[in-house]
Amino acid sequence: MSATARGHGMTLAEKILARASATESVVPGQIVEGTVDLAMMHEQGAQTVQPFHEMGATRVWDPDRVVIAIDHWVPASTEGAAVLHRILRKFADEVHLPHFYDVGNHGICHQILAENGWVVPGDLAVGTDSHTNMLGAMGAVAAGIGPTEMAAVLALGRLWLKVPPTLRIEVRGTLGPGVTAKDLVLRTLGEVKTTGATYKAVEWTGPTIAKLGMPERLTICNMTTEMGAKCGMVAPDGTTMEYLARTAKHAMHPLQPDADASYERILRLDVDGMPPMVACPYSPDNVRPLPEVAREHIRVDQAFLGSCTNARIEDLREGAAILKGHKVHPRVRFIVSPASTAIYRQCLSEGLVDLYTEAGAVFTNSSCSACFGGNMGIIAPDEVCASSSNRNFPGRMGPKEGRIYLMSPAATVAAAIRGELADPREYA
Amino acid sequence: MREIIEGRVWTLGRDVDTDQIISGKYLTIIDPNVLKTKVLEIGLPEFASQSRPGDILVADANFGSGSSREHAPQALRAAGVGAIVADSFARIFYRNSINLGIPTIEAPGVRALFERFDPARIDMRAGSVTNVRTGRSISFPPLPPHLIDLLEAGGLVEKVRRELAARHPPAGTMPR
Repeated sequence: MSATARGHGMTLAEKILARASATESVVPGQIVEGTVDLAMMHEQGAQTVQPFHEMGATRVWDPDRVVIAIDHWVPASTEGAAVLHRILRKFADEVHLPHFYDVGNHGICHQILAENGWVVPGDLAVGTDSHTNMLGAMGAVAAGIGPTEMAAVLALGRLWLKVPPTLRIEVRGTLGPGVTAKDLVLRTLGEVKTTGATYKAVEWTGPTIAKLGMPERLTICNMTTEMGAKCGMVAPDGTTMEYLARTAKHAMHPLQPDADASYERILRLDVDGMPPMVACPYSPDNVRPLPEVAREHIRVDQAFLGSCTNARIEDLREGAAILKGHKVHPRVRFIVSPASTAIYRQCLSEGLVDLYTEAGAVFTNSSCSACFGGNMGIIAPDEVCASSSNRNFPGRMGPKEGRIYLMSPAATVAAAIRGELADPREYA
Repeated sequence: MREIIEGRVWTLGRDVDTDQIISGKYLTIIDPNVLKTKVLEIGLPEFASQSRPGDILVADANFGSGSSREHAPQALRAAGVGAIVADSFARIFYRNSINLGIPTIEAPGVRALFERFDPARIDMRAGSVTNVRTGRSISFPPLPPHLIDLLEAGGLVEKVRRELAARHPPAGTMPR
């Protein structure tokens, strides 16, 4: 069901961009100069250094607002990766950037931002990774940018932005047992499609969203990137403030959308009775009900429980609950990669590393791991991977023929056990 | 920025994402001259070896979706691409491409006008893309002034360099 709403108030994205540009109000299409509250770089930040110098910049506008977290190749797996890390370390020394999450204290950049309170309500945050959208779960505008643009941000502390129109997604109903926030965002992608929110802001709202914890909000904001969105967000509430109470790194501005805000489109979803979902090759919007796809007995060669979308402690517990008492199918390589070192240590203390490895999984250190096909967990051209990650484009895990199915952590574990796509509710 | 851009067209389909432009396995490469040998390896494999400087890409909707990797437009710029025209772009690619000084033009409906190797003519000021072989053309809204400024400067690096230089004149020069 779809509608529009035309009022005189502002959406959450408009409120935040008005604050960032120190103007009273903004409207979609308007171009503003936004002051940046937090800038994040991972390995791609290495390509920021040369343009930063070419711009004639010598100092970073505010080193306490810059976070570097390496995550794609940890520890460095090739000479090229080692060089990228080296460039970043030298740059951080040269311009005095103290907040560097290096090997041993590492994690996926977005998770590092989330668990350390680097992005708070009302912020304008930018990062050199497309899934920076994830931090919108804090009630912020968080968007991905490229490294040349980041060089300008480091020099100036601001960037131009076109105020996006907002797609409001109102969700009601209760997620059933074995059905998760990942299934919700996949189903939404099936409706919105990969271009349905291009250049737009996505505002998640409704009683179902209000009940989601922060890890789940991070998951649904993460995949607004796959809808083409500039940013995806949940307005801050008690859950947000509690999550950030001890970690917030700077002042919070818990802005709310106006009741009479103007939305380009309102999408209303009811999740009562919704089954687990799966995105089939080769697009995150090629979404079908998982039980229907499972009936086709799709053989799985690799299962991957990891990525910024779904590798938090809650996700690994969800997978462990399914795996307990089972073994990984002998034909399946099952890779488990926690999203941060903090989560890795939590898994150790909760016995999850034992549980996964005794069942036959490989439990790796924290990194982007198999998600992006550039480091480890590459599949062969005729192979299939069941994955809790966010993209299944041609070539995403290596060869262009490789087939990736995107699903929840629970469904990923169910596939690892059965050796083919499976409904996780059969293992509950 | 050149007001008139002419070149030979390579056509592409919809949803050509950045993995198809520069695969994840090449992301530790930062030398544009190496990257250009890998460009569009998945999306249009013959492009890297057969393209000529000045060639124009004409794509369907959602060109450059997926990752924020600037390797994608870096590789296209190094290959000498004269302009990228598409029915629509993914947002990070669009910004990256403009920031690097590549004329990047959104013209809904443009893909249907061209076949491979058709000659194209783009008028940046008037806002039109023409297939010189068929004579058919399509108009696009001219870029907003701040993006024209960016392209005129040759990209974001030069624009910021000028801004910083104006703020901090070199020692010995008098403020005007």
